[in-house]
Amino acid sequence: MRAAVVVFPGSNCDRDLAVAFEQAGFDVSMVWHKDSQLPEGVDIVGVPGGFSYGDYLRCGAIAAQSPICKAVIDHAERGGYALGVCNGFQILTETGVLPGALLRNAGLKYICRTVELKVATSDSAFTQGYNAGDVIGVPIAHHDGNYYADAETLAALKDQDRIAFTYVDNPNGSAEDIAGILSANRRVLGMMPHPERAADAGHGGTDGAAMFRALSGLLTVA
Amino acid sequence: MKARVHVMLKNGVLDPQGEAVRHALGALGFDKVEGVRQGKVIDLDLAEGATEADVKDMCEKLLANTVIESYEIELA
Repeated sequence: MRAAVVVFPGSNCDRDLAVAFEQAGFDVSMVWHKDSQLPEGVDIVGVPGGFSYGDYLRCGAIAAQSPICKAVIDHAERGGYALGVCNGFQILTETGVLPGALLRNAGLKYICRTVELKVATSDSAFTQGYNAGDVIGVPIAHHDGNYYADAETLAALKDQDRIAFTYVDNPNGSAEDIAGILSANRRVLGMMPHPERAADAGHGGTDGAAMFRALSGLLTVA
Repeated sequence: MKARVHVMLKNGVLDPQGEAVRHALGALGFDKVEGVRQGKVIDLDLAEGATEADVKDMCEKLLANTVIESYEIELA
């Protein structure tokens, strides 16, 4: 099973994400933002955290227009898997692959600490290694993680069981305590917390590792 | 031709930066400020032949995120 991790100027979690995929058994290639194609046979694309293009204009706005993002959108539209973490989540909302937007944190501060997340659904390739209701510790590190969507979109996310994770103690003002959401086909996950930073004993926590293990298991069977 | 684009968070979308500015103004003694909204202004220098429709297209595709922001175009 093959993963590709996109690298933008300003990405800073690309290698962490690659290591998390590798430890779960993926063959990982890094893809530069100017590339217009993903490597042949990629099962899942990782869009990493960081500050792509210096967060100019809006977080993720410029990255969403990059050549590689067109390939990521095509991959998602073909039913391919994708994981966007932090800035990667912002980029996926800017491309329209995921609904809503990430606003400035309600408390205005950049927040960098481990928070408790509740697994809201185990019905996805990303979350099947958890039980719904599990509480896991995963680091956040963001200034613009305040999830916003209109009432209609929020209702659809709830009705379709597409909220993947919620914050136990909402740190940033996100609507419905949302920390991560799934696409309609459940194959794209965007989340502000960093599971790749909780995937090795050396990180101080391994609660994120189950996501990468579950993905690798599912994609092996498929 | 020059165009000026004003981008603002839509009404109903919380603007924590505007709120912080409001608080700071209050702390300075400006007690008649009931609300502050902060946005951005983007000036475009455009070549001959560019139209307002082009600028609108730019706003829709990049300059504003219409999920959360509204925009206004001023041509000069």
